Amino acid sequence: MKAFEGRIGLIWSGLLLASVLALPWFKGGAIGASALAEGVAGRAWLLPLVAVAVALTALTFLTRNWRVHQAAAALVGAGLAWLILQGFGIGLRGPALPGIELLFPAAAAGQPGFGWGAWLAGVALIGALAEVLAARGFCRGERFAAFSIVGIVAALTLFVFFPILKLMSAAFIAPDGTLSALPFLARITAADLWSVGCLTGAGRCGVVINSVVLGVLSAAFATALGLALALLVARTDFRMKRALRAISILPIITPPFVVGVAIIVLFGRTGVVTVEVAEWFGVRPSRWVYGLPGILMAQVLAFAPVTFLVILSALEAINPTLEEASTTLGARPVTTFRTVTWPLLRPALAAAFLLAFIESLADFGNAIVLGGSYDVLSTKIFFAVVGAQYDLGQAATLSVLLLALTVAAFWVQTRWLGRASYVTVTGKSDAGLVAPMPLLIKWAAVAAVLPFVIFTAGVYMIVLIGGFVTDIARLEMSPTFGHIWTAFSFEVGDRGLQLFGSAWDSMITTLWVSALSAPLTMGIGILTAWLIARQDFAGKRAFEFGTLLSFAIPGTVVGVSYIAAFNVPPIDMTGTLWILVICFVFRNLPVGMRAGIAALAQIDRSMEEASQTMGAGGGRVLADVVLPLIRPAIFTALVYSFVTAMTAVSAVIFLVSARHNMATAYIMGRVENGEYALAIAYSTVLMLVMVVCVALMNLAVGRRKLGRRTAVTGTAQPAQ
Amino acid sequence: MYRRFTLAAATALALLPVSTFAQSNELVLYCSVGEEWCRAQSEAFSRETGINVLMTRKSSGETFAQIKAEEGQPRGDVWWGGTGDPHLQAAQEGLTEEYKSPMLAELQAWAVGQAETSGFRTVGIYAGALGFGYNSTLVTENPPACWKDLLDARYKEDIQVANPNSSGTSYTMLATMVQLMGEDEAFAYLKDLHANINQYTKSGSAPIRAAATGESAIGIVFMHDAVAQTVEGAPIVTVAPCEGTGYEVGSMSLIKGGPNPEAAKAWYEWALSAKAQEIGATAKSFQVPSNSNAATPPEAPKLADIKLIDYDFAKYGSSEVRTALLARWDAEIGALPK
Repeated sequence: MKAFEGRIGLIWSGLLLASVLALPWFKGGAIGASALAEGVAGRAWLLPLVAVAVALTALTFLTRNWRVHQAAAALVGAGLAWLILQGFGIGLRGPALPGIELLFPAAAAGQPGFGWGAWLAGVALIGALAEVLAARGFCRGERFAAFSIVGIVAALTLFVFFPILKLMSAAFIAPDGTLSALPFLARITAADLWSVGCLTGAGRCGVVINSVVLGVLSAAFATALGLALALLVARTDFRMKRALRAISILPIITPPFVVGVAIIVLFGRTGVVTVEVAEWFGVRPSRWVYGLPGILMAQVLAFAPVTFLVILSALEAINPTLEEASTTLGARPVTTFRTVTWPLLRPALAAAFLLAFIESLADFGNAIVLGGSYDVLSTKIFFAVVGAQYDLGQAATLSVLLLALTVAAFWVQTRWLGRASYVTVTGKSDAGLVAPMPLLIKWAAVAAVLPFVIFTAGVYMIVLIGGFVTDIARLEMSPTFGHIWTAFSFEVGDRGLQLFGSAWDSMITTLWVSALSAPLTMGIGILTAWLIARQDFAGKRAFEFGTLLSFAIPGTVVGVSYIAAFNVPPIDMTGTLWILVICFVFRNLPVGMRAGIAALAQIDRSMEEASQTMGAGGGRVLADVVLPLIRPAIFTALVYSFVTAMTAVSAVIFLVSARHNMATAYIMGRVENGEYALAIAYSTVLMLVMVVCVALMNLAVGRRKLGRRTAVTGTAQPAQ
Repeated sequence: MYRRFTLAAATALALLPVSTFAQSNELVLYCSVGEEWCRAQSEAFSRETGINVLMTRKSSGETFAQIKAEEGQPRGDVWWGGTGDPHLQAAQEGLTEEYKSPMLAELQAWAVGQAETSGFRTVGIYAGALGFGYNSTLVTENPPACWKDLLDARYKEDIQVANPNSSGTSYTMLATMVQLMGEDEAFAYLKDLHANINQYTKSGSAPIRAAATGESAIGIVFMHDAVAQTVEGAPIVTVAPCEGTGYEVGSMSLIKGGPNPEAAKAWYEWALSAKAQEIGATAKSFQVPSNSNAATPPEAPKLADIKLIDYDFAKYGSSEVRTALLARWDAEIGALPK
């Protein structure tokens, strides 16, 4: 056992040695071009890393337990520091930091980005660092947990914090490349951001004003509609409850842009509805839908289901005895609603409002299809990056603004919900009857919901048939599979199977990205949840905050920050498949984590402790005890990350390339070009693929099987 | 269960290199003509050579911006199609490769002229005149025939044109107006026209698509784009403005330092051949091909029948003039209230 202890973590020094001696160090390097070979050939700054690798390996063999040896800590620390310093210090075209060329004259020629060798060397050093920390008592010496924490922190630093910092610094870079606060101040005070000209009639409004106006209106309408839906479902004998719940799932699997396109088909200048109404009133059909009205319509349609679910769970959690008491005391239904139900709903309404507000700020797809001349932050950022006026500094400045707005909204949300107590579900009996809805409110709710249902039905009708008729925009309704064939044609000929359809490339990439990112997101998310719920370690609060931060960042900002951070060495990843996968993993991580934490909270620790007592290590406990018990959370995390990877657009639109195009980016191009039918046809296929894949995942993961004899009662379900 | 995932992940990793790193026999094409033509052309090339074409369609202004942004590490091989001005600007900034194709002998004079202007860093592949198209169900009486007719208050909020920053079509219009009227008069005209514009689109051909579906009444585009809509059955009437108009020489450039230079040259030679240039007509693109042996589609607007100005490609394709005109457009037109 003693002899074995000294060899613990041998894998890391072995990996480190292999990565500097055998693997290609630089991106695109040949097999023999290792750090040693490159170092000897002139890039002398790589040699210290080789020395660290050799020394660390020697240490594992020469000492009894290298992990507690002082030299090990020093070596690992120095190795990591040098890896980072040389990577950032010497760029593609030469030294990025002054003075380096004095030390290493060869640095003037520059160096390419990290390749396999450099990446694995980083992983090995992180692993060794975890071993050294664990040996010093971090995580009570639990090696698996220590490695997980150090690894996740390193990944978050690299893929969440570093890009954001890089983005912020890009906002301060002047057009000539120098760093100064002046361009940032000039950009951030520009009139096209803050102008209120449209209110006074003296010109256009700034994009920030536009975004906030849109966000507030959209959130207000969505919340009102969500409230109406929730009241109808929870408090009346309304017949269509199941249908309403089903409708609330739809926006989640609807690819972006199709709703916008359907709205144009219905309400555009030659839209079915517009033409009818214009004839009715004898006026000329107008382009009224392009701009605020159109975006607002699409957003309310998309966000109302979310607000509905938030408000519904709050409404169902209200203890009916309170309302019953009010009624017994003689209050009229309206009074009960106003003095009991409404105050108890307020936090949920606020939460729903802020949620919709944040979503509206981040929304890109609807704004770009229906925006017309109405600019919002997310589209303005997009044009600053992909437009002909390529200006990363401008995009970065706008992104910082958008981030500030979003974080402020998050902050208000947590502040608001953190204060008063709204607990009404207690251990005591809650056998009361819910108060009847005041008639006035009931009819108001019906009046609000009815147009929504008709509207949703209309939009999805267009989506359903639009891909299979000649041209829905011109109402040429002869059935055809031509659009599907344009997208997905193939041929089996002399050269084997050849895929000629224009959508194949993007479809295959999308499936790859989704299939790779979903298990990774799930794995890291559940692991993070387990660490937070079950491990005690220094800096746990900061760790939890860090994982949540990536959720608060709007997709557009993530996209721009990834371009700013990963377009140049050392981490040169734009244009690869991996940048897409990584983007999704870290954006969706918090969802898997939240699901995992909620599931773990319901499982008693004693089972894991029993397993540990029997001698299982952290990893074994997680695999054999915890994971089988939290299958529903695993399923949620898998499905969410899979579906998001197929439908998200705001971040990936910046990260796609000719080689790796994504379905949503492809659809956007078709919409931009007016090829609505093709866009709709592709979206239909995408939705079908999603449904099939989710069903397959359900089969693979399955439900949790518990050997229960009696059902558990009496535990209140926390509000979701 | 997690073993199953491990297995799946391992399989995925094992398969991945095949799809990700297979670099040979590929061509990364930046395409700036209509999507349908881009598709048909890439497909025909793959069929003939077996080289897999990775095609991205973006408007010419955007493609220029992308190539400039990727200057450090070019990711595209060929930039095919799109108006000549941004190609000339790319040539001037050294973003594209000098190459003299043996096919030059077969090309029309204007196509060779484009190559000579750029020091053989680009070459003409087709030509088309600027004009506009109107929807004949929306514009029934006294249809517009001249640029000045577009200022009529009847067309308030009813005309679409692209944003010259992103679209080469729209930049050609800007440059044409400056050459027709003089710079200050051109901007005065565009300012008056602004009242009738309902949206400055990103893509150059989007305005005529909007007119075809009736979302807008008039679209200012290249005439062949308007003709394509008519061929598809839309009620679009194509107009060659009476005052005279500019034209484009759609161009092709090899991107300097692209990842697949061999395949790029194969595409270049092929794209200049008569056979390849006749593909456009099958994809409803009715430009005039630059290879003199290629048949001009019967639907194509005849350049001889249109009053063409003597468009100064060297001047209006240069960086300084282009940047200055676009900056003035942003300040005087783009910033106007809408």
